Amino acid sequence: MPVTTEDVAQVALLARLSIPEETMEDVTGRFTRVLELVAELQQVDTDGVVPMSNPHDMEQRLRADAVTEENRRDKLQKPAPSVEDGYFLVPRVID
Amino acid sequence: MNSLDLSSATAAQLISALQAGTISSLELTQAYLQRIEKFNPAVNAVVTIDHEGALASAAAADQARAKGAEGPLTGVPLLHKDIFCTAGVRTTCASKMLANFEPPYNATVVEKLNAAGVVTLGKTNMDEFAMGSSNETSYFGPSFNPWDLKRVPGGSSGGSAAAVAAGLAPLSTGTDTGGSIRQPASLCGITGFKPTYGRISRFGIIAFASSLDQAGPMTRTVEDAALMLSAMCGLDANDSTSADVPVPNFQTALNGDIKGLRIGLPKEYFSDMLNADVATSIHAALKELEAEGAILVDVDLPHTRQGIATYYVIAPAEASANLARYDGVRFGHRCDNPTDLMDLYARSRSEGFGGEVQRRILVGTYALSAGFYDAYFKKAQQVRRIISEDFKKAFEVCDLIAGPSAPNVAFPVGAKNDDPIAMYMEDVYTLSVNLAGLPGLSVPAGLINDLPIGLQLIGRPFDEETVLRAGHRLQLRTDHHLKTPQLGADQS
Repeated sequence: MPVTTEDVAQVALLARLSIPEETMEDVTGRFTRVLELVAELQQVDTDGVVPMSNPHDMEQRLRADAVTEENRRDKLQKPAPSVEDGYFLVPRVID
Repeated sequence: MNSLDLSSATAAQLISALQAGTISSLELTQAYLQRIEKFNPAVNAVVTIDHEGALASAAAADQARAKGAEGPLTGVPLLHKDIFCTAGVRTTCASKMLANFEPPYNATVVEKLNAAGVVTLGKTNMDEFAMGSSNETSYFGPSFNPWDLKRVPGGSSGGSAAAVAAGLAPLSTGTDTGGSIRQPASLCGITGFKPTYGRISRFGIIAFASSLDQAGPMTRTVEDAALMLSAMCGLDANDSTSADVPVPNFQTALNGDIKGLRIGLPKEYFSDMLNADVATSIHAALKELEAEGAILVDVDLPHTRQGIATYYVIAPAEASANLARYDGVRFGHRCDNPTDLMDLYARSRSEGFGGEVQRRILVGTYALSAGFYDAYFKKAQQVRRIISEDFKKAFEVCDLIAGPSAPNVAFPVGAKNDDPIAMYMEDVYTLSVNLAGLPGLSVPAGLINDLPIGLQLIGRPFDEETVLRAGHRLQLRTDHHLKTPQLGADQS
């Protein structure tokens, strides 16, 4: 199934990526090649096969529902680009 | 410096010297830092050097040893792949996105190796976010193969492999999502081991594909790999996928013979995709194992080829979810003067991520999007199970599977940049091992025109012991792992 630059632009929007106009064709070409490769999956008969999401089919282990974390807000916000009074700053969202 | 030649020294040798008191950790650390200063400009294997931290831990190691309070690796220098979070030491994943990121905590692997006594010299170069097989997607530029500086060291743990091969450290850490420890180990002529999925905690390892990622040791010898692995393993409350299984003594596992061990050779690993000279080296190594008493049997891994397609859906899909956290808000690169929130996200991400990372995010997002999920992601997860069953069937008639780690020796820098598929083919023998979550070891199997190639040994889940024992037997019989590249004006 051929992929157009419009398709790639739509996926880029979903992925929150901004692909410059001048590289769009190259990106679409490489994207198409990868899709051609992964189309080989269709050669395999998978009727009735249960999808595998963990190589050991492990169950998610749960921990006790207890408070274990101390407040480390300052430490964890240190790498943030823009912080004020413990809040992350972003451009105005509501006018 | 005594009789130690740091261009080829193993951790085991260094530990003996430290125990005998013929060298101190401080002297050793200074000597390795000097080697990094001298040789790193040519190989670009190290992206951050922690002089101060290394010298401080070396001094502490010497004190601990003087008090008789040493651990198994006390005073031994090591480099971490720059994907492991190191508290207060820049951790970039070789991406502009994290160029200034100082993690607030250590990865579990870092904590455990610190507890064992290692001295961390710094962080190694890698493909950006571990996405690549040549170390060429790094924000810091490619690392080069010490055997031929015009060639790639492999990837994604290319810097870690090049550093050990060049004697910039006796030990390094790597991570392996589809071959990222074994392929560079093969191309740089060192020993690299990816244990069973879940053996080592992923906590604090910057996530690529969570159901495939696994850390492991990169060393000169299997003996050193066993030593390092023992320090890295174990259940971790911070990683809900870390395995709740007993950790054996991997050093003791090296003892004993391999008489009667059945080694399966998948015919798909010896097809026309395999370079003929590589095939000759691999067969020669297998003959050595046969001489040790192993029995070679034929096995089938019929979906080896489809493993590539399976991997290149599952890994990008998981990556697209994991990398959604880079939003320009909480940490990482942020674009200048965003006009609105959408612009902040999209521009920060596209400025921060390199081309290959963005392409994989696109593929992953596509494979997970409404309307395509069943055809791509679910289908790939189904084929993943079939591939895993293929291995189970093979292990009914053998105890170990052997073949090449990579189809070719190291290729020239730039040779595969225009063709993503050619690059992906480099990992044809390693990818399916991650899909099935099995342990895989690459050990040097000889040189072809002075370029190394590795033999891959694959084991049953959580049977690292058999894999290590077979690798060790090979290294007792052969000297491939003792060969070192000639670097300009090399001297210990």
